[in-house]
Amino acid sequence: MGTVIVVTSGKGGVGKTTTSASFATGLAQRGFRTVVIDFDVGLRNLDLIMGCERRVVYDFVNVINGEANLNQALIRDKRVENLYILPASQTRDKEALIKDGVEKVLNELKQSFEYVVCDSPAGIERGALMALYFADEALVVTNPEVSSVRDSDRILGILASRSRRAEQGDPPVKEHLVLARYAPERADRGDMLSVDDVLEILGIPLLGVIPESQTVLQSSNAGVPVIMENGSEAGAAYGDLVDRFLGKNIPHRFIMTQKKGFLKRLFGGS
Amino acid sequence: MLPRSFPLAAEEPPPFELKGSLFTLTVLHLFQLDRAAIERHLAEKIKQAPGFFNNTPVVIDLEGMANPVDGVDFTGLYELLRGHGMAPVGIRNGGPKLQAAARLAGLPVLPESRPVAAAKKTESSESVARNRIINHPIRSGQQIYAADGDLIVLGAVSAGAEVIADGNIHVYGALRGRALAGVKGDIEARIFCHSLEAELISIVGRYRISEQIDPSDRGKAVQIHLAQDRLVIEPLIR
Repeated sequence: MGTVIVVTSGKGGVGKTTTSASFATGLAQRGFRTVVIDFDVGLRNLDLIMGCERRVVYDFVNVINGEANLNQALIRDKRVENLYILPASQTRDKEALIKDGVEKVLNELKQSFEYVVCDSPAGIERGALMALYFADEALVVTNPEVSSVRDSDRILGILASRSRRAEQGDPPVKEHLVLARYAPERADRGDMLSVDDVLEILGIPLLGVIPESQTVLQSSNAGVPVIMENGSEAGAAYGDLVDRFLGKNIPHRFIMTQKKGFLKRLFGGS
Repeated sequence: MLPRSFPLAAEEPPPFELKGSLFTLTVLHLFQLDRAAIERHLAEKIKQAPGFFNNTPVVIDLEGMANPVDGVDFTGLYELLRGHGMAPVGIRNGGPKLQAAARLAGLPVLPESRPVAAAKKTESSESVARNRIINHPIRSGQQIYAADGDLIVLGAVSAGAEVIADGNIHVYGALRGRALAGVKGDIEARIFCHSLEAELISIVGRYRISEQIDPSDRGKAVQIHLAQDRLVIEPLIR
């Protein structure tokens, strides 16, 4: 049986879809059969980031309504083996996400995929609730600013109280923190919250820090998940994040400023 | 709905304040309305113990009235008792007609008292505090209420979260949200926390918001209690 992972944040624009795309791609690159679902019904974006927008025929809502079967709606990624995308419907709204229907689709996907990644919409309404309701694990994406951290805190509260695991008294949803758009030099100046500030407030394990990078914007527009951009810091950070998720012990990179980076670490400076 | 029986009040001194309180009152169980007989018995009592009634508030209980009559002269009764050093504050029992007559005479009708045994029983069951222990952090937007007891949080209370208790609140972590203790009027209630970073603290409706908290207390392990109706923040001595 596959594992359902929700990528969520509360706040919009923090990098949920970017993270979903790279995380799912990274899992597939490492040999796991992975599907990524766009729960942002009505505001479909994942297909653009994954570069498959021209190949959408049927969508998630069609499958929920029984208008198409999963095999018709799933889009196989052309670049990475084992990777599939289930796009959102652009012409419907979140009310189309019926709980029983979502559960049926997820159960079917769990039969044939090892990882089911749910890209949540922003907010705490129906779309976001449905994306996290059936989750086994959660990647909570946060930016180093107070409003984003507070919204993530809110989402963590919802995961702990309104997910199926919480309602049925099962072991809680496993939480992971993804700190995106991090700029170490600005954190040092006090312009943005530091990694430690965010960890102290949210109090959940840090899975990865993604540095602020021009590459993210470029690759989004090109429809290439940034993890596939070899040589970019953001891509490397997502690679580390996936390895850490799979149990490897990898030190965090990109959380120190450049000038006190390499040499200082080499010679044991703090 | 959560009890908010004590509306929040800022710390400027208001002209008055309404508070519930318990009093022990003398109850005068009236068996008949013969004014002459009442007067005779009163006089005798006072002869035995002069000064026994010194403006003593009394409640007139009409339950034991042998022949309930309609036209009771409560004004006359009031004058009679006043004249012997008693200050009637109200009546109880006696049926709707007698109560209406008492009201007309300016005597309030008090609720019937519950049997003493039953009252004691509920008291003892309440004194076995129904405390609530939360062993996870309380996130923004969550609201936790401990009715009839203390709230113990083994973790942080996030900004935007609200913890409420009829009794004390203990936070074994940072208190960043709102904490309201003693919301049903227990002025002995206190708030304890490992790090005071709260948005609002309140005990029995007395409150202080974040910017009214002395910066030197911020981030400290403190207890907060009421003294002379003011919130006092004290460091926890280790």
